[in-house]
Amino acid sequence: MKQNKNLYNYIIGIADNSLILAQRLGELCGHGPTLETDIAGTNISLDLIGQARNYYQYAAKVQNEGKTEDDLAFLRLENQYRNVLLVEQPNEHFGYVMGRQYLFDVFHLMFLSEMLQSKDETLAAIAKKGIKEVSYHKRFSGDWIKRLGDGTEESNHNIQEAIDELWAYTDELFDQTEADKAMIAEGIGVDTSKLKEKYYEEVSILLKEATIEVPERKYFIKGGKKGVHSEHMGYILTEMQYMQRTYPNMEW
Amino acid sequence: MAITETATIDSHLIPVLEEVSDPEIPVLTVLDLGVIRKAVEENGVIKVRLTPTYSGCPAMDVISDDLKAAFKKLGKEVEVELVLSPAWSTDWISEEGLQKMEAYGIARPLSETADKDVLLGNAKKVTCTNCGSTNTHLVSQFGSTACKALFKCDNCQEPFDYFKCLK
Repeated sequence: MKQNKNLYNYIIGIADNSLILAQRLGELCGHGPTLETDIAGTNISLDLIGQARNYYQYAAKVQNEGKTEDDLAFLRLENQYRNVLLVEQPNEHFGYVMGRQYLFDVFHLMFLSEMLQSKDETLAAIAKKGIKEVSYHKRFSGDWIKRLGDGTEESNHNIQEAIDELWAYTDELFDQTEADKAMIAEGIGVDTSKLKEKYYEEVSILLKEATIEVPERKYFIKGGKKGVHSEHMGYILTEMQYMQRTYPNMEW
Repeated sequence: MAITETATIDSHLIPVLEEVSDPEIPVLTVLDLGVIRKAVEENGVIKVRLTPTYSGCPAMDVISDDLKAAFKKLGKEVEVELVLSPAWSTDWISEEGLQKMEAYGIARPLSETADKDVLLGNAKKVTCTNCGSTNTHLVSQFGSTACKALFKCDNCQEPFDYFKCLK
């Protein structure tokens, strides 16, 4: 029973990252700076929603309380979401959108690559499917980081501003909750502490190539993994949950 | 054929499956696409295993409904199960499917390395579905659906879709 609860919480943590980032990207549907970037943003969003659906379906099964993927995605309260703060940061400008995406994509790809080895067959299968999609996302966001950083004075200024601010949320990616620790011990979860050094190394190389200064920060902002979110989260959920709350049990 | 090598399909169910097509690429049947991993009749119940092309492909829900409707017309009960493993690959699209796709205006997926080259804009290898020239360039890494990228032919100037290699 206790083990199921840990597994449920573990899956929810991964799923919420994908769902909330997808929701942020979805806000830009029809508002991208160019047609190509608009389509790219919604395509990435769709991949993430697809992955999130797979996780929520599995979490609902593990939970075994008769809930559906929609219940889990749309009907929880703010403090029950376990996504990292990074993914809920707003689309201030295109630099923030790509900065947030790249900083998450690098982690996401490393994470899924490790999850391939999970003793949990379903999680390993979702990782196998998702890894192909996420490597494509990283290629796209990484290209844009280089283009913005090494572009004009204005684009460089904007992406530097975004990276400086978003950097504060990167450390949380490697924080481990109780459920994380329990699942790592079981050989099901990914030991993110092993990814940290590699992560900052890879990101720093690309930032330097893009002539972006690598931020030097002594403190980091965190809380999402414990259910303590930024002020943005309530607004995201208000919009995202509107349909399910207004028309309970609606289906597409 | 790639499909029969990796999937288990009762031959008497094939005519029905051939009627169900991908709602986003209607010239392709679910068999051409290789998304049916299993279709067998057990004690009067048809059991179908379906695998998604991309995690978030919205066509999967439609295909699942269409499969149920197609078998229901025959008065058969059907159970559709979505499976993720093994993950779908563009290698599972049949040769016939690839030809239909090209005739429809979508260039077929290249090999894994060639695919990387063209999607990074390093090489011109995608063949224009309109004039057959390989003098083509990448317009957008993402296209009208998750499985495609957008290209343009520098010979005849026509834009066209390219089905991305997935392995």
